[in-house]
Amino acid sequence: MALEIIEGCVNCWACLPLCPNEAIREARPHFEIDPLRCSECVEAYAEPQCAAICPVEGVIVDELGMPLNPPGSLTGIPSVPPPQASLQEGH
Amino acid sequence: MPTPFPTSTASGCSSGRCGSSAGQMAGLTDDVARRVQDHPCYSEEAHHHYARMHVAVAPACNIQCNYCNRKYDCSNESRPGVVSEVLTPVQAVKKTLAVAAAIPQMSVLGIAGPGDALANPERTFAVFRELQKRAPDLKLCLSTNGLMLPEYVEQIVAAKVDHVTITINCIDPEVGTRIYPWIFWNHRRIHGREAAEILIAQQQKGLEMLVARRVLVKVNSVMIPGINDQHLKEVSRVVRAKGAFLHNVMPLISDAAHGTYFGLSGQRGPTPEELQTLQDDCAGDMAMMRHCRQCRADAVGMLGEDRGAEFSIAKVEAMEIDEEAAMAKRLALREAINAELEVKRATRHSAGSQVVTLHRPVKPVGRAVLMAVASQGGGLINQHFGHAREFLVYEASASGVQFKGTRRAAQYCGGEADCGEAEDVLQRTIAALAGCEVVLCSRIGFEPWGSLEAAGIQPNGEHALEPIEEAIEKVWAEMLKSGRLGDTQMSQRRA
Repeated sequence: MALEIIEGCVNCWACLPLCPNEAIREARPHFEIDPLRCSECVEAYAEPQCAAICPVEGVIVDELGMPLNPPGSLTGIPSVPPPQASLQEGH
Repeated sequence: MPTPFPTSTASGCSSGRCGSSAGQMAGLTDDVARRVQDHPCYSEEAHHHYARMHVAVAPACNIQCNYCNRKYDCSNESRPGVVSEVLTPVQAVKKTLAVAAAIPQMSVLGIAGPGDALANPERTFAVFRELQKRAPDLKLCLSTNGLMLPEYVEQIVAAKVDHVTITINCIDPEVGTRIYPWIFWNHRRIHGREAAEILIAQQQKGLEMLVARRVLVKVNSVMIPGINDQHLKEVSRVVRAKGAFLHNVMPLISDAAHGTYFGLSGQRGPTPEELQTLQDDCAGDMAMMRHCRQCRADAVGMLGEDRGAEFSIAKVEAMEIDEEAAMAKRLALREAINAELEVKRATRHSAGSQVVTLHRPVKPVGRAVLMAVASQGGGLINQHFGHAREFLVYEASASGVQFKGTRRAAQYCGGEADCGEAEDVLQRTIAALAGCEVVLCSRIGFEPWGSLEAAGIQPNGEHALEPIEEAIEKVWAEMLKSGRLGDTQMSQRRA
């Protein structure tokens, strides 16, 4: 039982000091969770700490690959921009 | 209700300053004015002479703001929350000492992110502790969203941090729900109104605790049109009553290319005129900060310039630094600058121009005029129009010259498609100068001269290398003499 950080992580460091098992390490292209150390914070906290502070949706997943912070759960930014938004901005 | 700075013992006129020093220093007690006189971010006067740096040792953040995106690192961008490389505390100390040796004007070291200084307390305080030992002449400051502030007030005092900036965008949780989608609190992520309530309570508590401990507190607010613009007047009143010495209202930076919620949802930032109006409304009798440059979390150098590229980790590691000699050089330079400024202040004081407000003429003669200035420091008009990355904006009127803020010039970018097209750079700069009637610079090219004139802005290169305020007074007097400032209502030049 372990969580995984996947592509999309921006290496913001927020999770690293919070992990009660010191399972997270700085790495490139993105931070990593040591699956042998990760306990998903069961018994320690109500929520896995890395996922509770991670600012990026979809980059911390469980063993089934399901994101703990699914699209739309954190920022309210739509994952696919509505067509009129892209016309307006023109970037 | 406490006075703005209850522990201050200074009152009345000592040392010939008596609140009459120009611009935004007005409203500060003598005690506070003395403590910020060599701080480029807090003293409009000092920012012409002193340099600051931020070290990016605090990457983590514990809240989400709708104007922030943690993803981006574009070296062409200049805004908070953006850095090129995150430093370890050891690297940050080395970099600070290297910069302070190379730039003796360095007076302030700040930790402002790229996340939140107090979401990374071990890293932040490790840097402060080491610098306190090795460069005790540097002022230390930190910037925080305030969530963890009450918990760290004692450590802040122990580390001899004398300036703290808290970003307070609201005191009403309903407004907060539109700015903060979540916070991390007591090991949980908290959303919505509860998140805003906790954050606001912590910010206010932290502010009160710091003031009680005599730490100078500045409050930053991001002006978000339609969300907190009107509310910020109340915020300003409250934080002032609680003892913040300076309120800094900054414009929202919003661009879809930044990938922020506000950028992508089309939330616009304020126009320079809207910002200035709100700053005037908030000012009251409180000092208002108008020269803030919303620096990157790794900014280095004088305000408005960024020499960060000269001090990358690799370059700093290779530098040999004589720490003692560097500190001696800084102290000597600071003494010379402060002596020069004292002379300037004394001259201004005897000139008597600021006394005018006490005896307001029955009928004001000549309307107020906004003028933009291209300057690379020293309080002089000493920059070519085309080289200016920003313009200082002053208001000239019968009661004198007042600094009103800065406007960013449009920039030719390093080639990123989303950074803008080259051909409209001049037009965008002209748009940024909306409301100004004169632009003073050391020199200006033929083509921009014509475009500025066509836009109703008079270019003026006649006062090159002159002190800014004196030159503006002269230009205003000339305009008055030529009959261009008749007592009609303020002419609004551009939308």
